[in-house]
Amino acid sequence: MSDTRTTAKATRAEYCVVACAEAWRDAGEILASPMGTVPTIGARLAKLTFSPDLLLTDGEALLIGDVPAVGARPGVVEGWLPFRQHLALAATGRRHVMMGASQLDRYGNQNISCIGDWARPTRQLLGVRGAPGNTLNNPTSYWVPRHSKRVFVARVDMVCGVGYDRAAAAGPSASRHHRLADVVSDLGVFDFRTPDRTMRLRSLHTGVTVEQVAEATGFPLTVPDEVPYTRDPTPEELRLIREVIDPRALREREVPA
Amino acid sequence: MSRDKTMTAEEVVGRLDSGMTIGIGGWGSRRKPMALVRALLRSDVTDLTVVSYGGPDVGLLAAAGKIRTLVAAFATLDSIPLEPHFTAARQRGALELVELDEAMFMWGLTAAAHRLPFMPVRAGLGSDVMRVNPRLRTVRSPYEDGEELVAVPALRLDAALVHLNRADVHGNAQYLGPDPYFDDLFCEAADAAYVSCERTVDSADLLKDAGPQTLLVKRAFVNGVVETPNGAHFTSCVPDHDRDEAFQRAYARAARDPEAWRAFAERFLSGDEAAYQAAVAAFHEEAAHE
Repeated sequence: MSDTRTTAKATRAEYCVVACAEAWRDAGEILASPMGTVPTIGARLAKLTFSPDLLLTDGEALLIGDVPAVGARPGVVEGWLPFRQHLALAATGRRHVMMGASQLDRYGNQNISCIGDWARPTRQLLGVRGAPGNTLNNPTSYWVPRHSKRVFVARVDMVCGVGYDRAAAAGPSASRHHRLADVVSDLGVFDFRTPDRTMRLRSLHTGVTVEQVAEATGFPLTVPDEVPYTRDPTPEELRLIREVIDPRALREREVPA
Repeated sequence: MSRDKTMTAEEVVGRLDSGMTIGIGGWGSRRKPMALVRALLRSDVTDLTVVSYGGPDVGLLAAAGKIRTLVAAFATLDSIPLEPHFTAARQRGALELVELDEAMFMWGLTAAAHRLPFMPVRAGLGSDVMRVNPRLRTVRSPYEDGEELVAVPALRLDAALVHLNRADVHGNAQYLGPDPYFDDLFCEAADAAYVSCERTVDSADLLKDAGPQTLLVKRAFVNGVVETPNGAHFTSCVPDHDRDEAFQRAYARAARDPEAWRAFAERFLSGDEAAYQAAVAAFHEEAAHE
């Protein structure tokens, strides 16, 4: 039973989990703050494999000392992180957050607040939440479960998370601790390692083409001559994802096969 | 012995005036002073500036047309990401929004509690929070670094409403869940603060089963204490009660449709707190028989 479960071909969702986990490689002894199911599984996978020093929360006020399945209670609590301390911790920089994005532009400006004119939006969303402070204080990555032109836009309607152009324009206080790391979507992995700090295609998930990504992106992407594929999950990683971290396969709901 | 500050929710609302700035404790759909909010809904008090890490408190007050200005970083039901009355109110332009980052909000409350005009923060720089709040100013560090930071203005409140697990009649209030949220700050930032609680207890019993760090709110900052069992309903108030997810789903469903909302308000919000709690009990009985 466990043999077929661990040897079955990795799904797209599992590639996404591993790509998210990679955002926390070599992060050291910091808090991993994942938003969304796939990033949560990714952060736990990173902790169980190549980034054992990561701190993780239960999604509320507790730092967990073990790595329970998603949705399960921790067996060990190693610390306390109520909202007031969480906001303060972001300011120390010892945190790498992976946020969602309703809109994201080529400089990494992110919007989760509202769609349309801010004064009277056509669609009110969450509000800015902690995105402005997050992006200025600690490394930030983004997770987009459905890559489309509605999300990857030329201009976001409300800058919540601050991108590279806006951080530079706002001056040294804004850019001093600003770092956008990875953007992971259901199609591939992206970063900002270009001379002008605009988004670059770093890897494609297996089965995805460059054309498909370009078709689903509302701005010109930097595409290297040779685009690698996102690395395969190892058999041990697949076992951890399927049997330990996400036995209920919640990842497949966020990224359907 | 210090004063007995117990009062009813109606007496609390009797001390509030239209046009006031009111801070509401809790966070999202967690430990909100909902019984006090419901009492506010039954009153004529309106035209409020509401300062909140928003949840259904914001939703209900917005639906009733009582909010002129909302100061917030979000409004959410947590397990349901979008607060439907808040989104509807924004989309029909029914309230003014002062949209701040979560940390800016915390430091604004802190400045108010410390009687400072502002606090310097990095959060906000480069973001559209600066564009949509044209009155926000920056401040330059007088030290060698010369950093230019956002000067978050103090969020001073006329009144604060918070809900905790326990309190004594003098206003010493205790949280027993995992997160204090910002309830102490709300009380300290306000000219008057009102604490509702699941149960009032003798001062001598506050620390019977809990450590001293659970004593979050001090009586010097509290003007009134209201015992409102299940008073955070339908938001969570652990360990006394979890969020009532079934009821919250019914609330959110109704809030998305004006006709359904009228029926919901008639069923649950047309009477006093006792009538509300009875209607909630009936709601669960019905669900159990379905």
